[in-house]
Amino acid sequence: MVIYLLSISVVATIYAVMALGLNVMWGTAGLVNLGLVGSAAVGAYTSALVTTRMGLPIPVGLLAGVLAAVLIGALLSLVTTRLKDNYLAIVTLGFAETIRIVASNEIWLTNGTDGISGIPGPLRAVLTPLQFNALYLAIVVCLLGLVYVVCQRILYSPFGRVLHAIRDDDVVVGVAGKNGRVFKVQAFAIGSGIVGLAGGLYAHYTSFIAPDLFVPLITLYVKLSLLLGGVGNNRGAVVGAAIVIVVLESTRFLVPLIPYISPTQGAAMREIILSAGLLIVLRFRLKGLVPEAHDHLTVRPQQNTAGLRPATT
Amino acid sequence: MLEISGVTRRFGGVQALSGVDLTISPGGITGMIGPNGAGKTTLFNCISGILPISGGEIRFLGQRIDGLRPDQISRRGLVRTFQIARGFPRLTVLESLLLYGADQPGESLAAALIRTRASIRREEALVEKACKLAERLKLSHVLGNKASDLSGGQKKLLEIGRAMMRDPQMLLLDEPMAGVNPSLIRDIGDRLISIAEDGVTIVLIEHQMDLIARLCQHVIVLADGRRMIEGTFDAVAGNTEVQNAYMGARR
Repeated sequence: MVIYLLSISVVATIYAVMALGLNVMWGTAGLVNLGLVGSAAVGAYTSALVTTRMGLPIPVGLLAGVLAAVLIGALLSLVTTRLKDNYLAIVTLGFAETIRIVASNEIWLTNGTDGISGIPGPLRAVLTPLQFNALYLAIVVCLLGLVYVVCQRILYSPFGRVLHAIRDDDVVVGVAGKNGRVFKVQAFAIGSGIVGLAGGLYAHYTSFIAPDLFVPLITLYVKLSLLLGGVGNNRGAVVGAAIVIVVLESTRFLVPLIPYISPTQGAAMREIILSAGLLIVLRFRLKGLVPEAHDHLTVRPQQNTAGLRPATT
Repeated sequence: MLEISGVTRRFGGVQALSGVDLTISPGGITGMIGPNGAGKTTLFNCISGILPISGGEIRFLGQRIDGLRPDQISRRGLVRTFQIARGFPRLTVLESLLLYGADQPGESLAAALIRTRASIRREEALVEKACKLAERLKLSHVLGNKASDLSGGQKKLLEIGRAMMRDPQMLLLDEPMAGVNPSLIRDIGDRLISIAEDGVTIVLIEHQMDLIARLCQHVIVLADGRRMIEGTFDAVAGNTEVQNAYMGARR
């Protein structure tokens, strides 16, 4: 039971990392990305291949995974700079599916639908499963902390201000003297890199990855986490991811207690509970449980200007 | 200062600009008037790089600027505002002003992550500048409000303030007084005069003739996508062609 709790904590933390990545793209710069799981797959596969085929250490694998995801994110952004909203959503959705199908068919590289097994985990051979899970949780929590700091710095900076401006009006941002395109590509690359890190962390945790793990549903869970927690707020991203995973897991035990439904109906019931929860939040707390901050200033005026609300950071 | 020669712009079958030739010399406020659909806003969009031109050339301070991106043109000191106030509803007034600040090293990703001293110092300077500007434009009391909370007139003032944050050499103002109440119009007019006195060259699209008469030393009339006539307000207003096309006959 303790191992189970540790394991869902690890998964929740990995989701939180992905939600932070999405918050850079969507929450801050307003760039819809329904292809998150594609970046996660690139990170996971790169890290898995670097550590299994090339036998390099896990940190090198993770770093390679992040870099690969950054590159693929930048590339995806470059080909979609003129797209917004629904159009961007469709293309990014297609991107993730493309990655998945490539992973299923390029057997020489990815071992196809059989997936890659035996991906090393830190000290997995010498530790008991309980110790391994505890160690891994410590590692992912530290990395989550690091990613959180990076995302906060981005959010509260002149760089983040330009991203916020792009979210509101990407034409006027040009009149402000900023090349919006360069900022969009950077936001996409960073977000994709963070999601890639999450993918790598998942691969080294479970020791096995296959194309059918990287389905669009994962992207939706992450998006849901951010909506629930609060779009544009990094703390919200973490809180939302934790809630989504807890709801998904706890209903695993609660639903079978409902009489007269089959296990298949029970599985569907869990999704319904999650969706209903989302609808309730969107109806009563549109901005999420931890709403976006009122402003993101790093320097405040000296004199106590009337109308300027106190710091909320 | 700004030389426009033979500029054309087509939207499908509509010829919005059919060979505009005009020159704006440095200093003062130049009025740009003309009937709806004359091509005034299209011309602004072409000058500021938001719309590509179909033909002709545009020079600013002697250098070609047609074909440049809007951000490159703004960085050269030519900044515009929009007819229907556009901007950043989810940024606060102060943030909107800071956004327009030039030379902020903190806009690079690396500097944002490290929080370099240079970026913090620049931010302090920009905040001070924004506060002074806000005072001048009577926006001090709403600095911390979201831009979407402002009244129509305040949004217009914010547009001017944002543009001023870049220390422009030339300002293109697209109907800065449309939808603004009479006392505020007077205010905005006074601000524009004081901005022009600071050495900023202003080009102003406006439909209220008494304002044009009060503010503008020079007036250009556009009609059917080309320059019809230019000169002092009195000369232009006395022209029968202009009266027929735009102002309506005077009794």
